[in-house]
Amino acid sequence: MKTNQDQPLKIKTERPANKKVLEQYILKLYIAGHSTKSTNAIVNIKTICEENLKGIYDLCVIDLYQQPQLAQGEQIVAVPTLIKKLPLPLRRIIGDLSNTDRVLVGLDIKKKE
Amino acid sequence: MKKVKKVRDGNSARNERSQLPKMSTGIQGLDEITGGGFPKGRATLICGGTGCGKTLLAMEFLVRGGIEYNEPGVFISFEENAIDLTENVTSLGFDLKDLTARKMLLIDYVHIDRSEIEESGEYNLEGLFIRLGFAIDSIGAKRVVLDTVESLFAGLHNDTSLRTEIQRLFRWLREKGVTAIITGERGVNTMTRQGLEEYVSDCVILLDHRVTEQTSSRRLRVVKYRGSIHGTNEYPFLIDNDGISVLPVTSLTLDHKVSTERISSGVPRLDAMLGGRGYYRGSSILISGTSGTGKTSLCAHFAEAACLRGERVIYFSFEESPDQIIRNMLSIGIDLKKWRKKGLLHIQSTRPSFTGLESHLAIKHKAIKLFKPDVVILDPLNSFIIGDNEIEVKSMLMRLVDYLKTEQITGLFTNLAQGNNPQEQTEVAISSLIDTWLLLRDIDSGSERNRGLSIMKSRGMGHSNQIREFLLTDRGVELRDVYIGPEGVLTGSARLTKEAENEAELLIRSQNVELRRIELEKKRTTLEAQIAMLRAEFDVQEIASLKIIGQETAERAKLAQGRVDMGISRNVDVNPELTRKRK
Repeated sequence: MKTNQDQPLKIKTERPANKKVLEQYILKLYIAGHSTKSTNAIVNIKTICEENLKGIYDLCVIDLYQQPQLAQGEQIVAVPTLIKKLPLPLRRIIGDLSNTDRVLVGLDIKKKE
Repeated sequence: MKKVKKVRDGNSARNERSQLPKMSTGIQGLDEITGGGFPKGRATLICGGTGCGKTLLAMEFLVRGGIEYNEPGVFISFEENAIDLTENVTSLGFDLKDLTARKMLLIDYVHIDRSEIEESGEYNLEGLFIRLGFAIDSIGAKRVVLDTVESLFAGLHNDTSLRTEIQRLFRWLREKGVTAIITGERGVNTMTRQGLEEYVSDCVILLDHRVTEQTSSRRLRVVKYRGSIHGTNEYPFLIDNDGISVLPVTSLTLDHKVSTERISSGVPRLDAMLGGRGYYRGSSILISGTSGTGKTSLCAHFAEAACLRGERVIYFSFEESPDQIIRNMLSIGIDLKKWRKKGLLHIQSTRPSFTGLESHLAIKHKAIKLFKPDVVILDPLNSFIIGDNEIEVKSMLMRLVDYLKTEQITGLFTNLAQGNNPQEQTEVAISSLIDTWLLLRDIDSGSERNRGLSIMKSRGMGHSNQIREFLLTDRGVELRDVYIGPEGVLTGSARLTKEAENEAELLIRSQNVELRRIELEKKRTTLEAQIAMLRAEFDVQEIASLKIIGQETAERAKLAQGRVDMGISRNVDVNPELTRKRK
């Protein structure tokens, strides 16, 4: 759960060989320090990814306190912000990701009702 | 002793504290209104409707800070990206690229695209804080602009948490010690749509852009400035190619210095009418008259006279172009071109409908400040009156006259009187502001129009109360005595005829007198001749009479002697002595 001082935390899972080739998900989670929101967001996204995107996602957690220069380029306003870089279109999900349905909608896994 | 000192120290400390530290905006006039600028280390809210100049004002605050005070600034834009912003303010002469390169300015465009955002759970704006903090630290910013923070409400859903976060942002800015400007779009019943004024309570400035009678004018008002005295009026401001300029021209006091120096009107005879020495320097002069009575000509004379003295003149014309004025004035022998070339005369022609009154005032104010003239001419004043804005025109003129007087600038204004209006009434009703008022009038007589000039008033000097005939010759304006007789005031050819008649009459009269004198002389000569003749006659008579008298006496003596001789001879008396005694 802890973010590395220098290196963004990367969680990679191995892709199961038997599943059909799905598009790779590149996700970036921007957090600010070790607040409850940050912690919750990390836990929540991990759970969601493991449940829905097992093996096809690449999640990167970035602490803006450590790398404040990234905030401008990534257009971060609210934290935590999860950015789905790929597959396109680019999506941002803000909040502690506690509403799984909304996260899934945001990740284009689930259709918007 | 010690105690007393301590108390005094306490007082002075309080005084120092009460003097709120301010940060100069560098914007013309705004520092004057706010008494030195925006509160240092605090946030100032600038609100107003669309297109009222919020962004420009905020940007100028940063640009001036960077250029004039060497204080770097951060511009957080929620609406426009850096390229657009840079382009938009280039027209104001702001080179943002250069400032950015010199690390005096940092523009961060915060873009929130509603369509790509999904909200899930709780969040805060720490990301924005980090961005802002990073931007501030990277250039050591002292000034920060957030334009317009309310855009966040359009991008994000959770209003309640947004409000708390914005409140926290303002607190955070204060902790950072930066002087911030937050802009806000004007709401329906509130100053800003989201009621930001509740959070930013130190200084609130309201901008306004209103259109009346199809002309627009921009105004600025300091709604609130905690802990500081500030101007409370609405002040007009201008956005032109030098940025923003605000005009705090309404002076509340009437304490301008006055000069006793007199300056020529350019027409010797008019100077003579004005106590012999012309106008007072720094006074305001009004020339009113119907069209074609020579108002502009008098203006040109005055301008020329001022230029001849080596003074600087601004001529604001609202009806004629500079070239037209020059050409027309050449016809009465006044060469303004020469002075214009020498840089002593500046003619500025604008249509009254060009902008609103306030902007006109602002433009004039600016031109005057730049050119530093000794004489300002406005020709004519009342072309500003469109519809029923007389009160506004008056207030504008009052401010202008006030300004000119404080600057010791002589102001010459003309007023075009309409047709049969009572001539004693200027439309703009500014007579009370005017020190010297000349009235030009048409005099209709003998099927021709002639011009007359009289002085309605002239404060502080003895002046002629006579109407003078006003002639425009190819050598300029000439004033002539008018003929005032039993037939009334005669001018033009009627005056000439009358003058000729008078001359003839005078000649006849003088001839008559001469005749009488000759006659009298003749009479005297005759009389004297007669007298001489009579005297001569008398002399003759006298001689004759005396001769007779002499003869008579001699005769009588002879007779007496004869009697005595006879008596003696007859011996009448014995005593001849007695006889002699009786005799």
